[in-house]
Amino acid sequence: MSAQSAFHASAGDLNAQSLRADARRESLRLLALLSPSLFLVFAIIVMPIGWLFWLSLFDEAGVLSSANYARFFEQASYIKTFVTTFKVAFIVTGACVLLGYPLAYMLSQLPRRAASICLIFVILPFWTSVLVRTYAWLVILQRKGLINSWLIDLGVISQPLSLANNLSGVVIGMTHILLPFLVLPLYASMKTIDGDCLRAGMNLGAGPVATFRQIFFPLSLPGLASGVVIVFVLCLGFFVTPALMGGGKVIMWAMRMEQTTSLYSNWGAGAALGVVLLVVTLALLGLFQWLLGARATGVWSSR
Amino acid sequence: MNMTRNVSVVAIAALMASLAAPAMAGDTITVASWGGTYQEAQTKAFFKPTADALGITIKEDTTNGLDDVRLQVTGNAVKWDITELGADECARGSKEGLFEKLDYGIIDKSGINPKLVHDDWVGISYTSVVLIYRTDVFGDKGPKTWADFWNVEKFPGRRALSGSQATETLSVAALAEGIPIDKVYPVDIDGALKSVDKIRGHVDAWWTSGAQAMQLVKDGEVDMASIWNGRAGTLKKEGAPVSFSFDQGVLTADCMVIPKGAKNKEAAMKALAMFVSPQLQANLPLYVDNGPVNEKAFETGKIPPERIKDINSAPENVKKQVLQDAEFWRDTLVEATEKFNNLVQQ
Repeated sequence: MSAQSAFHASAGDLNAQSLRADARRESLRLLALLSPSLFLVFAIIVMPIGWLFWLSLFDEAGVLSSANYARFFEQASYIKTFVTTFKVAFIVTGACVLLGYPLAYMLSQLPRRAASICLIFVILPFWTSVLVRTYAWLVILQRKGLINSWLIDLGVISQPLSLANNLSGVVIGMTHILLPFLVLPLYASMKTIDGDCLRAGMNLGAGPVATFRQIFFPLSLPGLASGVVIVFVLCLGFFVTPALMGGGKVIMWAMRMEQTTSLYSNWGAGAALGVVLLVVTLALLGLFQWLLGARATGVWSSR
Repeated sequence: MNMTRNVSVVAIAALMASLAAPAMAGDTITVASWGGTYQEAQTKAFFKPTADALGITIKEDTTNGLDDVRLQVTGNAVKWDITELGADECARGSKEGLFEKLDYGIIDKSGINPKLVHDDWVGISYTSVVLIYRTDVFGDKGPKTWADFWNVEKFPGRRALSGSQATETLSVAALAEGIPIDKVYPVDIDGALKSVDKIRGHVDAWWTSGAQAMQLVKDGEVDMASIWNGRAGTLKKEGAPVSFSFDQGVLTADCMVIPKGAKNKEAAMKALAMFVSPQLQANLPLYVDNGPVNEKAFETGKIPPERIKDINSAPENVKKQVLQDAEFWRDTLVEATEKFNNLVQQ
């Protein structure tokens, strides 16, 4: 008996050993396959960001200092710009959700052919340059633009509404540009919701509202969350639309970076702004992750 | 007409003879400027005649300003042999040591305001910041001075000022306080900021580019604005109902430099000498509203007299304007801009 079990044990050992070796070889091979892209990520993302961080620690004379960061607290306008950036990001994300959710819901309920035609209208502006779309909005929204002249001609208003060159112009322009980034992931996730679940709910006596609230909406949350994260993060780095539609009164962080980079003779001044935005954005993503769970954000998960 | 052309041909030939060394033929230099209609005008006025006269090839590029030069020089990758900048950028870049020394044995500086002639940079043209207003709103009784622009009771209406060029807006703000044009520099920055503070709430847009200023006025988004004279001139030519004058304008010079480490320094120096020569300088206002930096250009007879009165750097018009002091802003720009931003961006 002992001889036999010893044989079995050693065979099992042998087996486990070769299995382990196999797994090691497998992961090495995977690593080899991954290495070009890992190298690329390292070379074009990790290194430059590290360098940016390094640069931000030096002042104009090239001496190690915290001057670039201290500036945020000495000059009130930096804090204001930062607050404006997040305010705009929150408003635009909210507007995208309010507009995008019903749109994605409608798209997901339409027959396949009708849905793809409607999707074209969502995607088409996506292919138009941001600059062109922003100027188009300017033509529509400004004091003597389309909306104001129509409303005045119709007698709805007597004084033109100020829609451009202020916060509302920025929000309208950015919402239009960012809407597809919310609608597309949301639509994709809504399409995967099993209709049988909804029918089962109805079958058990739930009305349409209850079915939506208790079944459809929770199941659509992961898609909504990833859309929200994408829109929010893109908002934080927006430049063209606020620069053209804000009338110089809505200064966002990216615009500030451009100003700071050309005002100071050291790259560190602008780099510090980049580092701050990066850190705060990562912290926010972490917060989203923690609040909504890994699956919800979809940013890190393999979904 | 024929006479003047002959004179200029002779003059160019003479200049060419004095400059052109045989070794230069076939050289290629790269010149960077701001692009757009301004650079097209420079191509016709400066670059092409110079290339023809010196027998060199001039390639063109566009610049975003001092950042580009700094990037090229500090990164040891200088692409340009000559580049244009704003005068305050030249003064700052000079302090940072980004440019090659200029050889005034080759470049003839006579006729150029001494304030724009420096060891390593030289003026090339002038832009003016002027007050423009819409005549469909004000008729011909619009705001004529910056004090008028600041007077919101007498001149109600929507206003735009430059938000990106703090130096220009602060100069204008000093004028609005009633400071005479010869006393504006050195600018009392805190006083000028106080002046900006008074008008701030009545400014509907702070523009950040010449094109934006033009669009704001053209579309009637604002009724009055500070604007660059080239853009104002274009609006007028396009038939927009606007009026402007050089009274209380702020003359801002552009300059040219040879970035440190430029590959073809010698040829660049000779080309630069051609660019600032009265003969080629006189070409510039034939194509664009930016005035020549060399006042001898007005004596060449190339510029028709009726055109001279519309040129911002014509001696008659210079008297009405404030010349921005590049060296003043070199030392105060950062602090003044930060304070200006604190005031405006809220």
